[in-house]
Amino acid sequence: MSLFEYAPAPESRAVVDIASSYGLFIDGAFTEGAGGSLKTINPATEEALAEVAVADETDVDRAVAAARRAHERMWGPMPGAERAKYLYRIARLLAERSREFAVLETLDNGKPIRESRDVDVPLASAWFFYYAGWADKLDYAGYGPNPRPHGVVGQVIPWNFPLLMLAWKIAPALATGNTVVLKPAETTPLTALLFADLLQQAELPPGVVNIVTGAGPTGAAVVGHPGVDKVAFTGSTAVGKSIAKQIAGTRKHATLELGGKAANIVFADAPIDQAVEGIVNGIFFNQGQVCCAGSRVLVEEPLHDELVDRLKARLGTLRLGDPMDKNTDIGAINSARQLERITDLSAAGEAEGAVRWSADCAIPESGFWFPPTVFTQVSAAHRIAREEIFGPVLSVLTFRTPAEAVAKANNTPYGLSAGIWTEKGSRILWMADRLRAGVVWANTFNKFDPTSPFGGYKESGYGREGGRQGLGPYLVEGDVR
Amino acid sequence: MTVVGEGRRVDVRKTYKLYVGGAFPRSESGRTYEVRSARGAFLANAAMASRKDARDAVRAARAAQPGWAGATAYNRGQVLYRVAELLEGRRAQFVADIRAGEGLTGPRAEAAVSAAIDRWVWYAGWTDKVAQVAGNANPVAGPYFNLSSPEPTGVVGVIAPQRSSLLGLVSVIAPPLVMGNTVVVVASQERPLPAITLGEVLATSDVPGGVVNVLTGRTAELAPVLASHMDVNALDLAGAVDADGVTWGDLEALAADTVKRVRRPQGDAEPRWRDEQSLAQVLAFTETKTVWHPKGT
Repeated sequence: MSLFEYAPAPESRAVVDIASSYGLFIDGAFTEGAGGSLKTINPATEEALAEVAVADETDVDRAVAAARRAHERMWGPMPGAERAKYLYRIARLLAERSREFAVLETLDNGKPIRESRDVDVPLASAWFFYYAGWADKLDYAGYGPNPRPHGVVGQVIPWNFPLLMLAWKIAPALATGNTVVLKPAETTPLTALLFADLLQQAELPPGVVNIVTGAGPTGAAVVGHPGVDKVAFTGSTAVGKSIAKQIAGTRKHATLELGGKAANIVFADAPIDQAVEGIVNGIFFNQGQVCCAGSRVLVEEPLHDELVDRLKARLGTLRLGDPMDKNTDIGAINSARQLERITDLSAAGEAEGAVRWSADCAIPESGFWFPPTVFTQVSAAHRIAREEIFGPVLSVLTFRTPAEAVAKANNTPYGLSAGIWTEKGSRILWMADRLRAGVVWANTFNKFDPTSPFGGYKESGYGREGGRQGLGPYLVEGDVR
Repeated sequence: MTVVGEGRRVDVRKTYKLYVGGAFPRSESGRTYEVRSARGAFLANAAMASRKDARDAVRAARAAQPGWAGATAYNRGQVLYRVAELLEGRRAQFVADIRAGEGLTGPRAEAAVSAAIDRWVWYAGWTDKVAQVAGNANPVAGPYFNLSSPEPTGVVGVIAPQRSSLLGLVSVIAPPLVMGNTVVVVASQERPLPAITLGEVLATSDVPGGVVNVLTGRTAELAPVLASHMDVNALDLAGAVDADGVTWGDLEALAADTVKRVRRPQGDAEPRWRDEQSLAQVLAFTETKTVWHPKGT
């Protein structure tokens, strides 16, 4: 039982109008899809929210043709300073309509309104604002004078941060003069479609951004379309590998942001209160459905028992439940399928001998839920220490020396992120040099900023998003492979 | 038969071997193949490396990688510059190798060797500058120190150009070395002798054993091993365009299974290597690492 009881504080959903059905957004207008439709549900209640059109290959072909026309006639020749102003408009409109986007994101995704309101939507707006300013300054970005866009970019994004991943993809693509065909995730298409409505308000020229909804086959059609010059994908490593294989031998370029199995390394001299907060934020933010989640805690042996006790105490105070409630910390898992994967891997953890502890919290009767869970006595060979769970499940392992911590942290095919907790500055820098991960958070975790490059080593993918480095993959001169 | 004292002697010929882990093994398979000049004259029996030799080379490259990447940028620059000094000393042999192998005239062979040495010097000078050009501080919206810098990708498999056997070779192996990658290179199948000589130069330089590993043999046999090897992080397919029985797209598809970084051939034929000198060639084998730390009192 929690020490404090809170009265319910639900955010109103009156701020957003959800249509009963949505078409595809192609060439500046909503159109029918030829591939049937799919239903998107609220994962917290399993209530159907809307029917969404499914794009088939002919729809994708229309979208790519529209993007090509827009690139050649409008967006490509347009001076960067003019492109910039459209992007600034988008940033401002996102801020103006932020509550609407936050509520819709929470309804469609299941994440707590606190997160969609304070993280997803403000960062999405910031992303457009940041890249808007680059549009007329590309000569200064370090890719030589007058760097050129690829042309038409096909982008496929995941369901864990639907609007934010859209912003990460679209903002740099448009700033550099590319046009876009974007496929949102099948379980979370609604904020992308609301974004299409926002683009109409911004009067973005038709065809510059096209949004084609659907599932895997729609994404494969986007990636495989011969008119697509560059592919940008965020999602699982398995799908990322299949995309890399699909475009092998072509002249298509790719950016891949794939899975992770980050180590959060805690030394005995760490600032323990901050470390506990950072670990909790690292794995329970967005129900752990984060590719850079700190899903493995590596704790220096003498601190193990104290850290685990404190973690359990802190997790006991997290509130799981209605994502629309402003006091909710842990929302719903995005889909039945994802819940099944989390459940299966957790069962494997127990079966392989790790010790499971789950926070004692009431699970709502409908919807998809998983309590914050910590595994101790985990060995490096256990599946829960090797495979990406993508859920609120933390594995605790130990180490004795900094070298052992580095070896264990790097002992994974992934290399997206890592955390270091210690008060000793020289040790932070020594560790940061040796960790094979694209983002290293020291005495903090899960921080994101449009100015800061993000992306993986090894099987966590290639290319960077964010910052000056995030422009390169969208420029012919900046794409080094 | 030459008689001592009559002014002629029998020269001592070289055995052409692999260069792996700082040593010169024969192929574990015991195989060799004939290398002939552009005009068809016999030049040498080169080792025909096997799949096992390729795996051994990857292991040597992996073992050498942390040390090479961990050396200071200044030190890597000095060590690489030293290679150029030694290349200059071996100029006559390289000229002879590529005159025979590529069928160049004397002056053109001299020019190619000069260009290769100059290129090596150009890349050597980058070691302590890349991070300043390709890295940066990030002004994040919060009280955080935030820095992005390029780091080596790891072990790089290089399919060396088939035609340009020295300038092309240098153009693809020097760049990944700059930031601390280690390299397994498959030499030009028909023109491997400059690569073997380069291995001998590297062995007597200060480049640690295993940092560069040179395999000679059939590209079609060796390239797929590197492309699919789990401990190879990146591939340069420059030499896959003109290699017998090799399709670069197939190698890229193999590389996809381990999410390797692949530098594709830039065209359908070998480029004019004289023009192929760029920072992009270095950055193709780097990863941007971003480090965050809070600011506070």
